[in-house]
Formats: sequence, structure tokens, C-alpha cells
Amino acid sequence: MTAAPLIELANVAKSFDGGRSYALRDISLRIEAGGLIALVGTSGSGKTTAMKMINRLLEPDRGHVRFEGAAVESLDAPTLRRGIGYVFQGIGLFPHMTIGENIGITPQLLGWPKPDIEARVMELLDLVELPRSYAARFPDALSGGQRQRAGVARAIAARPRVMLMDEPFGALDPITRDTLGSAYRSLHDRLGITTVMVTHDVQEAVLLADRIVVMSAGRIVADDTPGALLAGHANPEVSALMAMPRRQAERIGMLLESSDRPTLRHSPHG
Amino acid sequence: MDERFTSALSLLADYTSQHVLLSAAALALGVTISLPLAVLSSRRPRLRFAVLAVASLVQTIPGLALLALFYPLLLGLSALTARLFGFNVPALGFLPSVLALTVYSMLPILRNSVTGLLGVDAAYLEAADGVGMTGRQKLVRVELPLAAPVIMAGIRTAAVWTIGMATLSTTVGQTSLGNFIFSGLQTENWIYVLIGCAAVVALALIVDWTLGLIEVAAAERGTARVIIGLAVLVLGAAAAALPLIGLQARGYVIGAKNFSEQFILAELMAERLEATGYTVERKQGLGSAVIFRALAGNDIDAYVDYSGTLWTNVLGRNDTPSRDAMLDELTTALRERYGVGVLGALGFENAYALAMRPARAAAAKLSNIADLAPLTPRLKLGSDLEFLGRPEWAALKQAYGLRFGEEKSYNPTFMYRAIADGSVDVISAFSSDGRIAADNLLVLADVKHAIPAYDAVILISPRRRNDETLRGALTPLIGAIPVERMRQANYMLDRDADKATAQEAARFLAASAGLSGR
Repeated sequence: MTAAPLIELANVAKSFDGGRSYALRDISLRIEAGGLIALVGTSGSGKTTAMKMINRLLEPDRGHVRFEGAAVESLDAPTLRRGIGYVFQGIGLFPHMTIGENIGITPQLLGWPKPDIEARVMELLDLVELPRSYAARFPDALSGGQRQRAGVARAIAARPRVMLMDEPFGALDPITRDTLGSAYRSLHDRLGITTVMVTHDVQEAVLLADRIVVMSAGRIVADDTPGALLAGHANPEVSALMAMPRRQAERIGMLLESSDRPTLRHSPHG
Repeated sequence: MDERFTSALSLLADYTSQHVLLSAAALALGVTISLPLAVLSSRRPRLRFAVLAVASLVQTIPGLALLALFYPLLLGLSALTARLFGFNVPALGFLPSVLALTVYSMLPILRNSVTGLLGVDAAYLEAADGVGMTGRQKLVRVELPLAAPVIMAGIRTAAVWTIGMATLSTTVGQTSLGNFIFSGLQTENWIYVLIGCAAVVALALIVDWTLGLIEVAAAERGTARVIIGLAVLVLGAAAAALPLIGLQARGYVIGAKNFSEQFILAELMAERLEATGYTVERKQGLGSAVIFRALAGNDIDAYVDYSGTLWTNVLGRNDTPSRDAMLDELTTALRERYGVGVLGALGFENAYALAMRPARAAAAKLSNIADLAPLTPRLKLGSDLEFLGRPEWAALKQAYGLRFGEEKSYNPTFMYRAIADGSVDVISAFSSDGRIAADNLLVLADVKHAIPAYDAVILISPRRRNDETLRGALTPLIGAIPVERMRQANYMLDRDADKATAQEAARFLAASAGLSGR
């Protein structure tokens, strides 16, 4: 630990009902530059709430959030957010703007010159592997996967150091989801950014992340590398959660072994 | 071509341009106030509830009443500014009309804008925050564009309402296409009514269509079409304003209440003034409660009223002195209390009277109101819209003990229809009305002198009381119009066939009084 971490949450608590119940209970988290960290947990575990503290989409009731060493509440929220990419399940591509305008929105808000924005949009379309001609299209002319690619392009348009992703691939079909996940991982490595990804899919977290933070009922219950967590954990809840991908794989393996037997789905006829 | 048609066409440009200006001003004001209010309301539930409740309440007030309500409000304001800053806010005409129409136009804009803004998908708002938009950027770049179709629908509704409602502004002295409709209804000049309605409908359709065009073009990013659409609207309003620049040369304003005789006399006075080279603005169709206050407040310069009306309504008297004594006392009292000048009597009376069909009267063997009284429980009374609420009616009822079985109010034109077809047995007629002679009605004598004399008198505003030009142009009319002539002139407008315009009737009066020629 030489310098301050890139992002730090210190004893952060948050309640949405005036203190009767807490979505976050005094969590502390340090995120160093460069990694892809996954926040996993069941619905209501507080993972999204924790992430939204970072770009001030939510404000903590207690505790401190620091970004690049500065307390986020001391920063202007729009300025802070322009420096942090944000992708969420709803995507929220603006339907009245073209794909090009959507991708270029943050650079435009930052006052980039127009030719720079146009060049950047083309560069990003290449990067997320969308045809350049799509810049002139409106979002409703794209498929779900293409829209999510555009959403990622919009988030990284202004070259943020940090990306926040909230169930980024949650609404996609499994194949597209897998493709986009690994495509994002390689993009992450190439651009050298830091990503905080919220997901309820343990398998996705294991396959993409360098570090997994498991949350339950507003607390961090585990925080380690995927390999370490897969090997087992003192907390039975964490162990059960992390065992999920392996157990599913075993069940699939059993199915494959018995696949010489005729099944309902593949019953030979004729 | 029909004289009524040509005269209507000659007025069409002026009426349309004033109508357009009024509607455009009200709509522009309505949008300017409603949009920010809607934005604030969409963020504050309590404010939203209050604003929408008030706007809905206002909408339930009949348009005519809303206009009438703004008049006393502005009169009060006018008195206040006169005391504080030494100038009068005009209480009649454009200002009350534009205010009432603005208030009226706000509900559809408010309601649609609030609905539109609240209907924006939360995902787009989160995305707007996520990409780093400020509150204002989020509003301008995301919320308003996404709510635009719903907001625009509200503006289009408001535009159509406003253009339709603007016809009512005629009653508070603002010229509009409503002048055709109101004067047409009074004189049964259906060509006027029809032209007025057609023009309003055409105007509303053009504006609605143009707004629709702009909306579609904006959604499809047809910048050129948006500009063309906006240009049509702006140039239309500008073209409407053009003729008014000439009108700014301040001339005289002649007022008239809302019946044929008033239209004719106003026209007669106006033409005499115009003959001296001055411009004259005509404010016609004013309510009889509004018109005297308008004169006293210098909103109009001259009009004809009736001594008995002034005696009871303005001075609040209920005694009935002789014609001459009443005129003398009226002249002194109006000058002292209001600074209003009584130029003199025109020479005829337009008294309230009760009239019957002669056959009906003969059958009942009656010739005056005293004979009528015992029969009233079995008779139906038809009156004009004002009569039953007037002190004259109270005086008549009390003096003779009248208790009609049924009392109905009509627009004067329909009142004469009602007595002709037997729907009513007795009507509240006017003694100078051409239709009394034409329909061969019997006027029942007021043997107890329960109601005062109704000499037609020219009144002059405090500001113009000593204006030599005005006095010079109007004095020759004093004593120059006997009741038979006035009846004839009135009948020219009120008859069913071969209707004349107020202008023609006015020229007939002038000629018969030896005053024609400019």
C-alpha cells in the first residue's frame, strides 16, 4: 500500500426508509487501479447500492466515499460522473438521439471539438465491433446485444479511468452474454481501466473478474480472488454461492455421460 | 352580390387580424407560463396537485364569465395604478381578453406537459445522470425531447380552444371574429354568423395543422420543415399585426351595447366623426353593465344609453320623475359623480314595455298593464336576457302585482319569435323596436308610471367631455331622431328578408335627419 487506493468506501451505511432498515451496514472497500472487481450477491444484498455511491447516484447516510483520494461529496456530481463510465442493465440509450450522438454525449458535455467527437465515435464503433454506418441509426433499429455494445461504447467514450457496470449483460441471451462478457474483458485489459461490475451471476463473476466481493444483507461477507473463493470459504453462505458454477457443471457433465440414452427432447423417430 | 356579404368581407381582414393577434398573444403567454410551471410541478408533487386543481377549476368557469370577471379585476388594478403611478391600465379590450384566454389555455398545456415529463422512462433519467448531465442538461436534452409529443398535443389543444374562445372577447370590447357572430346573432344576419364561424374554423384548422407539421418534422429531424412551419406561424402573426400599426394613430372610440339600435347609432356617430377626418374604433357588443364603467374609465369616448337605465342602474334611484326633470338631474349627477358628460337626447325613447299580440289582448279585453295583472298567473312571460334581473321589472311587478305563471329569457331575436309562434303570451318589448310595428304587437300602457322614461342620450367620457371635435360632430344628432325613424332603421336590420347592414341603416337615419353628406 504505497498510495491511497483509486476508490475507497469507508464505513458506509445507507437506509432507504429513514433508518428502519439498512441497505448497507458499515461497509468498507478499497479498490486499487487496474483490476476488474465483481460485486456479487442475491437481490437486496446491497451490491448496486454500494456501486452507485461511487459516482454519487446515491449518497451515503454515514461514512465516506473517496475517488482518487478526494471525498466524492466535495466534487461536482456531473463532473465526477463524466470521468466515470456507467453501464446498466436498462442501457438507457436515448431513443431520440442516433447511436453516434449517444456515444458522443459525454465528450460533447465535456466540450470536445466536433471533429474530435466524430472521430472518437468511429473509433469506438470499431472497438465494440459495430459497423460504422450504425452511427446514423436510432437505437430502436439495433438488437439487444448491439445496443449493449453501443452502451459500453458510450460509457468509455470520454476515456474514463473507471467503469461502473450494473448487471451490464443481464438482459441478453446466454450466447450474446458470454460473447459480450469476454469481449468486454479484453477491452478492459487493452484500455487499462478499472471496472466495478455488479452481477448476481456467480459464473460470470468467476469467468471475468480478478477479484470477487460477496455481499449479503448489506455487509461484505467475502472478498478474494475467484480461485481462492472457489476453493472454499468459512462462511457457509459464501461456500454455497461459490459452489454454484461447479455444481451446475457437474450436473451438465452427468447429463452428457448419459446422453447415449434416448431423451425426450432428442427421441429418434422413423 | 348581397350587401351583407360585401360588408362582411370588408370587415374580415380587420377582424381576422385582431383575432389572430389576440389568440397568438394568449397562446404564447400560456406556453411561456405553463411550461416552466409544468417542469416545477413534475418535480414537486404538492405543487403539482395544487396547480392542476386550480387549472381544472378555472376550466370549469364558462368562458364568457371568465372574460367578464377579468374586467372588474382590471378596473381595480387600473384605479390602483392610477393612484400609485398616475396612469390607467386599460380595463377593456385587449388586456382582459388576453389574460382570460391565457388562463384558459393553460390547463391542456400544463396537464399534458406534466404527464409527458412524468412519463419519461426512469432508465433514460438514470442514463442522463450516468453520462454526467447537469439537472438543466437532463431537462433540455432528455426530458423535454422525450415528453415533446405529449406536450405538443397539449399545445395544439390549447391553440384550438384559444382560437375558438377568442370569439367571446367581443363582449369585453376586443374586436375579434366574434364580432361577426355576436352582431349576426343580434340582427339575425346569418351571413355574418356563418362567415364568423367559418373563419374561426379555418383559422383553428390552419394553426393545428401547422403545429402538427412542425411536430412531425421535428420528430423526423426535418429541420427545413420545422423552420418553414415556424415561419408560417410567425409571419401569420406578423401579418396580423401589420394593419394595427396604422391604427395606433389614436382616434376616437365609440361603444355600443349588443343590439341593433346600438349598432346603428354607434355607426352613425362613428361615420360623422370619420367625416371630420379622424379614425374611429368601434367597440361593439359590450354588456350594459360594462359599458358605462368603460366610458367613465375613458376606455370608450362616447355611446348612447337610456335615461331610465342610467337613473336606476347607475344612480340607484327608483322614483320616476318626468322625462325632462330626469334628464336635468341625470346630467348634473353624472358630471359630478363620474365626470361623464350628457351631450343630449336624440329625440326618441326606447322604453321597456310589455307587449302582446292584439288578438290575444282583444280576447282578454285588456289595453294596459293594470288590466293584465289579474290574468298573469295563467300567462307566460318572455323577456330578453337582462329584463328579469333589472330594477324596472321589480318596479313593474310591485306596482301592478304581476305574477306570471312562467317566465323565460330569450335572446331578443328569439323573444319576438316566441311571441309570434305563441310560445309566450307577453313579452318585454322595447318601444323603439322595429318589430313592434312589423309584428303588429300591442304595447300595454304603463298607466301607473312604474318605470321611468328611457330617452336615448349621448354620453361622453370624462376625458373627451370638452372635446370640440367630438361635440361638434355629434351635437347635430341631438333631437334629430324621432321614434318612428328609429323603428324604421331598426327594422332594416331586424327583418327576416332583405336585411340591411348597420351602416346602411345609419345612412338612412342620417339622410332622413338631413345630415347626410360628408
